[in-house]
Amino acid sequence: MSEATVRNTTSADAKTSLGTVGAASNKPTSGRKIEQLSTGQATWRRLRHDKASMIAMGFIVFLVLLAVFAPVLAMVTGHDPAQQYRETGLTATGLPTGPGHEFWFGADQLGRDELVRIAYGARVSLLVGVVASMCGSLIAVVIGVLAGYFGGWVDNVLSRITDFVMTIPFLLCALALVSVFGASIRMCLFVVIFFSWAVTGRVIRAQVQVLKKKEFVEAARSLGASDASIIVKDILPNLTETIIVYTTQGIPSCIVFEASLSFLGMGIVPPTPSWGGMLSEAAGNSIYMVAPWLVFFPGLFLLMTTLSFNILGDGLRDALDPKAGRRMLAKRRKRKGLAAVAGAAPVVAQVSAAKDDLAVAAQSALASGSVAGARPVAAAHSVSAAHSVAAVRSVPMGKEGH
Amino acid sequence: MIKQVLRRLLFAAIILFLLSIFVFGLFYIAPGNPARLIAGEKASQEVLDQVTRNLGLDKPLWQQYITFITNAFQGDFGISYRNQTPVTDLIVSRLPVTFSLVGGAVVIWLLIGVPLGVVSATHPGTWKDRLAQILSQLFISFPSFVLGMFLLYMLYYLPKRNGFTLFPPGGYTKLGDGFIGWAWHMALPWLTLALLMAALYQRLTRAEMIDVLGEDYIRTARAKGISENRVIYKHGLRSTLTVLTTQLGADIGSLLSGSIIIEQVFGLQGVGALAVKSVNTQDRPVIIGVVLLGGFFIVMMNLLVDILHVALEPTLRR
Repeated sequence: MSEATVRNTTSADAKTSLGTVGAASNKPTSGRKIEQLSTGQATWRRLRHDKASMIAMGFIVFLVLLAVFAPVLAMVTGHDPAQQYRETGLTATGLPTGPGHEFWFGADQLGRDELVRIAYGARVSLLVGVVASMCGSLIAVVIGVLAGYFGGWVDNVLSRITDFVMTIPFLLCALALVSVFGASIRMCLFVVIFFSWAVTGRVIRAQVQVLKKKEFVEAARSLGASDASIIVKDILPNLTETIIVYTTQGIPSCIVFEASLSFLGMGIVPPTPSWGGMLSEAAGNSIYMVAPWLVFFPGLFLLMTTLSFNILGDGLRDALDPKAGRRMLAKRRKRKGLAAVAGAAPVVAQVSAAKDDLAVAAQSALASGSVAGARPVAAAHSVSAAHSVAAVRSVPMGKEGH
Repeated sequence: MIKQVLRRLLFAAIILFLLSIFVFGLFYIAPGNPARLIAGEKASQEVLDQVTRNLGLDKPLWQQYITFITNAFQGDFGISYRNQTPVTDLIVSRLPVTFSLVGGAVVIWLLIGVPLGVVSATHPGTWKDRLAQILSQLFISFPSFVLGMFLLYMLYYLPKRNGFTLFPPGGYTKLGDGFIGWAWHMALPWLTLALLMAALYQRLTRAEMIDVLGEDYIRTARAKGISENRVIYKHGLRSTLTVLTTQLGADIGSLLSGSIIIEQVFGLQGVGALAVKSVNTQDRPVIIGVVLLGGFFIVMMNLLVDILHVALEPTLRR
């Protein structure tokens, strides 16, 4: 609880202090001009030193290129993604041919080129992942800001809606929705967006509740700023970190969600290549037992994609909030001495960040009054809703519907 | 405390009520006539009207809903359009499979995840911690069906091709027919689910433990000269229970509502498989029943967790 308060009270001036921190590392003695770094520059500097994040980012760039140049790949291999090459792609017994110089990643059960289909499938995954996650964040920001800023009945209504979306069994409801309206890429996007904004919305609401009581908001108000102006100029800029981190971390969840729907035959409609759909076809009749490349390649790409976005998301979170690491460090220094701290620093940051979310969520639950009559201290430990926010947050969404 | 529980109970009821309206309304606005579905493509208009009347579909929506909800309270969710069995019977017949899957997996993932989290937290920054962190990041990112198919290939198909059967490819035998056969058949699905979930619990335990171990009362306990194991397990782990049980409640609730994908991969005929089947065949009463049951499990588990917290947190017992 206290950590969240610390973080939020300092978040206003964090912008400037971040700059100073970055500048301080430019040795002033060297006589170079000392420039103040913007938050973005400072974050990038920290992120650049995180090897795992850089590798993850490398893979994501590669994936984007693969998706963009999918037609070029089709041209180079001479294979159309939907075309069935029954002569070359299937053996005499009707089994797909394995990876080789004709089909680099092998052919599927219909004699289509697996590699070209993976490249086209990357388009679907990236499109759904990025678009759905961004739309989800947009909804979350609108709902979170309105609920947090205005409070009262607006907050009550919006928070109950959020609770509702968080409580319903979403994969089941997604199936029900698809069964009614039929599977299509638009339906798939809608379903993924509909079930992906709630957690972020709650966190943003909690942050806004803290922010709106800050001095700079009061100052703006005393100068006669309107609500709209305060929200846009004072509150939203302070939410940037949260929005960036949650949007990035939302992408893998959305990708897995889409792949899961497609795997169940309720996402992307078959002729369009999608990784989930390809895996589903491979699972049908257990064809992948004799042609393991049908699972290996799409599975590997799917795994690498979610892994990369998860790693990058964690890296971004740590890079955007380096104070969390230092705070934990101080705590540990008291206990174990400096030697332990040196090694613990990078891992500790993410723990602290997770705790921050937890505390923020606890505050949110407190403010919404979901525990009647409980004292604040007790509430912070007891409100299950609050804990589950923090906990659920770290779970990729698609996971819940194993 | 009673007031709190009552409050949660009321909230649970409201959620379920909203959920029932949501699914019911969904199927009302859905295109396609269910009577046509039952009567068949070639049925005459009279037969169609007869079926519509039998289903009560000629009545206004609110009347249909009231009939539905009154019956639902008595455990009657209508009759499947496809095979004329009561929905309740259909679901109940599937529950043992889903319960077996979730129940076994819970034990395994707690046994893997929590100790790994504790090791990570007590040795932060060391190779043990890093290894655990990397594994947990990997399995958190693993889509369940990819892991399931991978394990099937490695642990079922490869041994079988080499002449011996390590694990069966799926299927379910009743617990009543022998524990060994039951566990043997469930082993792969358990492993898949458990690995995915253990990764999450490792993270959660680690984060909580690192934080707790920095508290003053842990220092006090150490100063008293209690053994390190006792400090970690008796004092440290104890206070992570609140968070762990919360997560556990939410997970069990949502998994009981259908571990759809895992059931699909391993050909288990559980509630999730029923949901997929009824979606494919447009069997609306079954879908409504399964969704409501899923909501019920989630809400009930949350409630259970809240009550449990009162037992775990002395500060709440007032």
